[in-house]
This record gives sequence, structure tokens and C-alpha cells, in this order.
Amino acid sequence: MAIIQVKNLSYKYHNSDTLAVDDVSFDIQAGDWVAIVGHNGSGKSTLAKLLIGLMPAQEGVITIDGQELSEQTVWQIREKVGMVFQNPDNQFVGATVADDVAFGMENRQVDRETMQERVTYALKQVDMLDYQQREPANLSGGQKQRVALAGVIAIAPKILILDEATSMLDPRGRREILQTIKRLKDELNLTVLSITHDIDEAASADRILVIDDGHFIEEDDPNSIFSHGSALIEMGLDVPFSEKLKLALSTRGLDVPATYQDEGSLVDWLRTLRSTK
Amino acid sequence: MATDITFNEVDYWYQAGSPYAVQALRDINLNIKPGSFTAVIGQTGSGKSTLIQHLNALLKPSSGTVTIGDRTIDATTKNKHLKPLRKKVGIVFQFPENQLFEETVLKDIAFGPQNFGVPTDEAMTLAKKMALLVGLDESLLKRSPFDLSGGQMRRVAIAGVLALEPEVLVLDEPTAGLDPRGRLEIMQLVTQLQSEQDLTIVLITHQMDDVANYADHVIVMAHGEMVKQGTPRAIFSDADWLESYQLGLPSATRFANQLIKAGFTFDPMPLTEDELADQLLPQLSKEGHDHG
Repeated sequence: MAIIQVKNLSYKYHNSDTLAVDDVSFDIQAGDWVAIVGHNGSGKSTLAKLLIGLMPAQEGVITIDGQELSEQTVWQIREKVGMVFQNPDNQFVGATVADDVAFGMENRQVDRETMQERVTYALKQVDMLDYQQREPANLSGGQKQRVALAGVIAIAPKILILDEATSMLDPRGRREILQTIKRLKDELNLTVLSITHDIDEAASADRILVIDDGHFIEEDDPNSIFSHGSALIEMGLDVPFSEKLKLALSTRGLDVPATYQDEGSLVDWLRTLRSTK
Repeated sequence: MATDITFNEVDYWYQAGSPYAVQALRDINLNIKPGSFTAVIGQTGSGKSTLIQHLNALLKPSSGTVTIGDRTIDATTKNKHLKPLRKKVGIVFQFPENQLFEETVLKDIAFGPQNFGVPTDEAMTLAKKMALLVGLDESLLKRSPFDLSGGQMRRVAIAGVLALEPEVLVLDEPTAGLDPRGRLEIMQLVTQLQSEQDLTIVLITHQMDDVANYADHVIVMAHGEMVKQGTPRAIFSDADWLESYQLGLPSATRFANQLIKAGFTFDPMPLTEDELADQLLPQLSKEGHDHG
């Protein structure tokens, strides 16, 4: 079942001549992790803001969990959607980690006892319970992002939107948060929409949706998307290393498979070609 | 005169002398040569950022000395007369777009030199020159810096530091948070500044591919100490050692290690995909690569 349906969505910023989002339509199935990829300025963040009704689209219809997004339904819809942004520092309000996680619930009039239970639960989910009395400011980037994630988990959303949520982390912090999100998605049956230009984050997704200059280009599984190799690079996107190496080999005259290969299968393929003279 | 930077037995303590004193740098000895491209790698919290703040005396050693050109800085150095030094070594901090504040791009770039006493007219001329040097289109100069894309904002911040006409340009993760094209463009700009403007480059990065592609010298920091320094090839020759500091390899080197297990051989270990492809091709049988 499609939990998010977007039909003919368009948006233009008032100071711009071109559409930031241009007649975009797609469906997202419940329980899927979908990565929305596109270069900076391609319209992916605009799309995310439209999805949670931060600004109204000029044209098109967004339906979330069976409800059409409008001025009347926006608050009900936001109950179902949690969002984690690029820079957690801009999202912290609490004096302690626990206060911060509780903040989203305070806005939703959750009673105190339930709130405490949910704070504990959410911090456990992201493995940050030991830090509940610490100041968010003194945590590492990866830890901060996990606290931000706990704040979202505490409101029990159906949909989690990550807006370049790993882009400020170092490689280890990024790996950790992606593993946490994967686990939470499976355990809590979340639908995850991650807006990213990180190739590892995109590769973690079930589906990848490519946006270029406001246009919907394609939506498919990562293997099919990555097989486009040089076309992705031309759009300002990254491709996995195995694809880059295939391109380098192909420019040297080697016949390479057209389908996407991850590193393991590329090693296997090269092994069969190895000359044993 | 080209600026040479030398650290001699540098220790640095945050909140030195207080009960909360934390040692951030321990016995650092290193030299950064004029015209070189030095990459500083290490985990978050390893002391990289503390280290680079010593490069223009934003921090002074708790003990030991830092010599920058003809100036030697130690714990007793007064903050007076440090301006020439800060002009000589420009630092672009992490997420420098957060420090933009002026009404227009041009004014923002001109702020640095004006702050150092350059008359307005001259500062504006300099700002325009630097804006073009970093690849900002002239049409953007009258715009608010906040209307620009992430990559463009970062160029504005770099131009602001370049407007001080430094000899050494220090960049703390200049590509973090940018998309692949933005990352490539910033790194190309940095190498162009090194080769065409004769700048010495010091780059803090987590991107081992960038270290492999651009640096000629690597400093590895861990727990406030410099645990190794050398050429990228020397540093990346020991995967297990790097792993023990939770640091990775360039993609090509990592992949070459997998291929070694499949029977391939490499000498030297490739650092980039081109080096890898060049060494790989002769090891593949004919039927694979006759066809063009």
C-alpha cells in the first residue's frame, strides 16, 4: 500500500524564474526505505518541506497515510511524520538529552508518565540511555544525531524523513547512524524517506528516487539505479566505487558488464578474467 | 619569503592550570614546507582542529614552540602584533557558511581585508578578484550570501579568507555536507590555488580518496599525538595499522586489497582508480580486453 502518494506536484520560489519542483509524481510503499538523490539545488529538500506541509505547493496533491495534505490536515499529518535534519544543533532545545527527547511529546500533550516511559524507550532504541542527563551540546556529531532520532522515535511516527541527516558526520558516525536507522525501520515498521547525496546512505535504501533540476527522473532499486554509471555522474551524483572502476577499465578498452555489480561480484568477475600464464 | 611552519615539542592543554585541564596535544614535532599539500587525518576528537589553530597562533602552545616564517610563538607570546601572522596563514573553518553575515557576497568577502585595515575601495577590488578566482559568477556579487547554494556559500567563505592574501591556506573539512559535484569542485579549486597561486595547503579531512588524490604529505593524529607522518603511499601501505586507529583506506587501495586475496598482485599499492585500472589490465586475460 502506498503510504505517500505525490501527484503532479509543482513548487516555485517567489524570487525564482524556474520551478524548484516540476510536475513530480511518485508513490512510496509502507515499510520501504526510499532514498531521494539529486545534486544540491535539485529540489530534494524543497520536496521534503512540501511533504510535511512546511510550505504549500502551488500545484499537485500529496496524500499521506490516506489523508490529503491541506491546511486542515497538516497537523494530523505531522503527527505521523518525524523529521531529522542535517545539523542536529539547530534542532536541540532541551537542557539535557532526556528533556530534548521529551520536547516533541510536550507539544503533543502526552502525560508525564507515558512521556518518561517513551523517553527511556526511545533512548534505548538509539543506544543513548546512558547519556540521558548529559547536555546535548557536549555530545559527538553521531551521538547528537542519534538523540535527534530518539526525539522522533518518541512520537512514534509512521514515516521518518531524513534530510541529509548523515552529511555532517564522520565516516564512523555515518555508519553507526545508518545501522541504527535500518534496525529501527525493521523493528518499528517505519517508512523511511532519506534525502541524501551520500552513496552509502543511498545504497542502504530499498529504492532510490532520482531528482534532477526539479524533475522526477527515475525510481528503482539501487542495483538498477547504479547500473546507469556515467549518467548519474553527469547529474552530479556519486556512484559506488565498483562502478567507477568499471568505467576506468572500460575507458582502457575492457569489455565490462552493463549491469550493476557490487564490490564482491566485481572481484568475482575479475577473478574469472585473471590470466594465469 | 615563503612561509615554513615548524612545531617543536608542542603540548596544548585546554583550561590549563585549572582542575578541568585536558591535554589536547602532546609532544607534536612537525614541519610544513612552503608549497606543499599536507593532509591531516584522524578521528573526531584526535586533536586535528586544535592542531590547526596553532598554525596562525589562534591558540598558543602550553609548552614548546611553533615557528611560522620568521615568528616563533610560545606560551608567553602576547596577542599584540599577531595580525601579520594571521594574514599570512588563513584558516577556513568547518561549515564556514555559518560565519557569513554581510548584506552582499562582495561585502562579505571584503570584510576580512577591511578588518585588517585595507581601505574600502581596495578591499572591494580585492574581494571581486577573489570571488572570480574561486569561481563565483559576477552576477552573484550583489546577492545576499544567504540566497546562495551550500557550495557557493562555501566559495564565498574561502574567498573571504583568500582576500587576506595568505601564503598558507588551512581548510577544515571544506567539502563536508556538499554533494559529489560540489566536493569535486572545491577540491579542484584547492589544488588550483596550490599550483597557480603558490599557496601552501593544509587540509583536514575524513575523505581518504581526497588524501590519495591531492596530498603530498599526510599527518595522522590520534589522542592528541601525531602517530605517523609520510607520503600518502607510505601511510596507506599499512591497512591494519590504520584500522587500529579506526581510519580507512582510499577506495582503490581497499579494493586492491580484496583483489590480492583473489590472486592479483600490485606494486606499488594503487591509491586511485586510475592507478588500480592501469595495474589491473595487464593481469587480465586477452578475451576480456581485445574488444574496444
